[in-house]
Amino acid sequence: MSGPVIELDGLGRTYPGPPPVPALRPASLVIEAGDYVAVTGPSGSGKSTLLHLLGLLDTPTEGRYLLDGLDTSRLNDRDRSALRGRRIGIVFQAFHLLPYRSALQNVLLAQLYNQTPRGARLQAATEALDAVGLGHRLDALPTTLSGGESQRVAVARALVNRPSLLLCDEPTGNLDSANAAALMEVLDQLNASGYTIVVITHDPAVAAHARRAIAISDGTLSERIAAEHA
Amino acid sequence: MPRPAPGTTRSAAAAERDLQLPRPRLAARDATAEAVAGIVQRPGRAVLTMIGTILGVGAFVAVLGLTATGAGQISHQFTVLEDTTVTVEDNGPANNTAPPNNNPAIGFPADADQIAGHIKGVTAAGVWWPVSLPQNASFTASLALGATSSQTINLLAASPGAVTAMGLSMAAGSPLTAYENTTRQHVAIIDTTTAATLGISAARLASHPAVFVNGIAYTVVGVYKSAQRVVTDESAMLIPENTALADYGNPEPGIGNQDEAQMVIATRIGAAQTVAKQIAAAELPTDPARLVVTSPPNPQNLQSQVSADLAGLFLVLALISLLIGAVGIANTTLVAVLERTEEIGLRRAVGARPRHIAAQFLAESTTLGTLGGLIGTCIGVGVVVIFAATKNWTAVLNPVYTLPAPLIGSLVGLLAGAYPALRAARTSPLAALRHG
Repeated sequence: MSGPVIELDGLGRTYPGPPPVPALRPASLVIEAGDYVAVTGPSGSGKSTLLHLLGLLDTPTEGRYLLDGLDTSRLNDRDRSALRGRRIGIVFQAFHLLPYRSALQNVLLAQLYNQTPRGARLQAATEALDAVGLGHRLDALPTTLSGGESQRVAVARALVNRPSLLLCDEPTGNLDSANAAALMEVLDQLNASGYTIVVITHDPAVAAHARRAIAISDGTLSERIAAEHA
Repeated sequence: MPRPAPGTTRSAAAAERDLQLPRPRLAARDATAEAVAGIVQRPGRAVLTMIGTILGVGAFVAVLGLTATGAGQISHQFTVLEDTTVTVEDNGPANNTAPPNNNPAIGFPADADQIAGHIKGVTAAGVWWPVSLPQNASFTASLALGATSSQTINLLAASPGAVTAMGLSMAAGSPLTAYENTTRQHVAIIDTTTAATLGISAARLASHPAVFVNGIAYTVVGVYKSAQRVVTDESAMLIPENTALADYGNPEPGIGNQDEAQMVIATRIGAAQTVAKQIAAAELPTDPARLVVTSPPNPQNLQSQVSADLAGLFLVLALISLLIGAVGIANTTLVAVLERTEEIGLRRAVGARPRHIAAQFLAESTTLGTLGGLIGTCIGVGVVVIFAATKNWTAVLNPVYTLPAPLIGSLVGLLAGAYPALRAARTSPLAALRHG
């Protein structure tokens, strides 16, 4: 088997005070390649802090975070940016699509900063949109897309660089149940084809899709050993 | 879309070597494309933002073009004729107490034409004056009763040199000669209009027609159709200087009398100023102050004065417009940065470094400025060309100022974008993404 994608070793984040707020208490966690992990917890429990740390958008105050075996706490901003642009794809609750760009252009944006050769970009973006079932709406503007379609464009943008880790932050938070189910199906398929996925959610229905469930409460991680899915 | 499985055993060194390959960078072409995309997605706002720059650069180009065009026109007006004419007037002796009908001798010596001719730069010079006739003097071509007569003709006394300096272009016959002057012949030359009024045609010149001025006959020896100096636009009859002195006596000196003796000097181009300085002393060494010299204004002084006045004022206005333009661009870019916090956060999340964010907004403001500069330059050139066309002038645009003018806009955009770009670069991806 390949090495773990994510290795957290006493990772913690305390927001400076006064009084200091320990948003994430030192936690250790290993996520293997191909894992499908759900992180659940009530709001204010530290879910977002964990997401930001995993997405290299924030720096931990203690512990180590190894991504693909690489100690990210030793990296400077340039290399963290490079890692973000190459190895991590993030799907946000609010989609964060650029309103004046077509679906295709929004996906192309994720290849802008990571030295993807210009000639290879279009094909990769088209393939990514195909993979989420939007191959027929390449030129649609976000304003003409439904919420479900918008989120699938965001998923395509997250996976266009074939990242090691697909991070999803409340991916169904802004979707109705039908669209949410369709999106989860897309994520399931991606996981089946080999992507390592971490979904952060408070929705038990979403968490049920994952094979591992990690609960977070008051900044403390705890893994429930769930019964294996059929 | 299956992901290639990562290597089975990845050493930290290998991973780091791996990482060093794709260092994040934003190609200039991509940055430009992003900037243009940022601008064209809000075209209305882009145009409004650019107005200050358009006005500033346009005013800059137009002001420089208009002053150059105007200066060119002024120098054109001063070429050839005005720039080559010096006038000397006889102001009379210092204390002129002579009775009105006993005028003193004219202030110019008898050989005034020759003296002037010795001054370097003089091509022709001579003395002339309007002959003072009693009221209701009549000009007729025949003494017969009822013959056509005219009272609107100016009778001028002119030395041969003056006739040459006037630059007559003859329709028929010949100008007055030195012989006719020294021998006080009763001859005259008239312009074609006068000839037509009096019923004298060029063809009749061979039959020596006469014009009677209050009964004194003058044989018409020549008809001119146009003149460069003095008699350019009036009906005139020229008679030899000495003939006039014999027939009508000395003219009344003093500027303002309208009929004081004058000297008209034609000079070579550029020599008028120098000739003007020397002529009075040369003609009348004993009393040079009696002669009042008028020379054309130095065209170079006039030009630079006009240019300095106009250009100075309008360039300040252009500078103010540019300043307003810069503030406009800075303001809009800052608003755009605040508006697009989310976009900045997203770009950071997909691997952009702060400098890439700064570069994007800087490229946007610079592109806006350049576009404004281009449009402004076009408008400025258009204003100059249209203005020149309506005046039938030649548009003068100095390429040294005009061609780089759009770059002024670029500079304005670059400077205006500096602060907003810095703000954008400092935007934390976390703050940006919390928006949703």
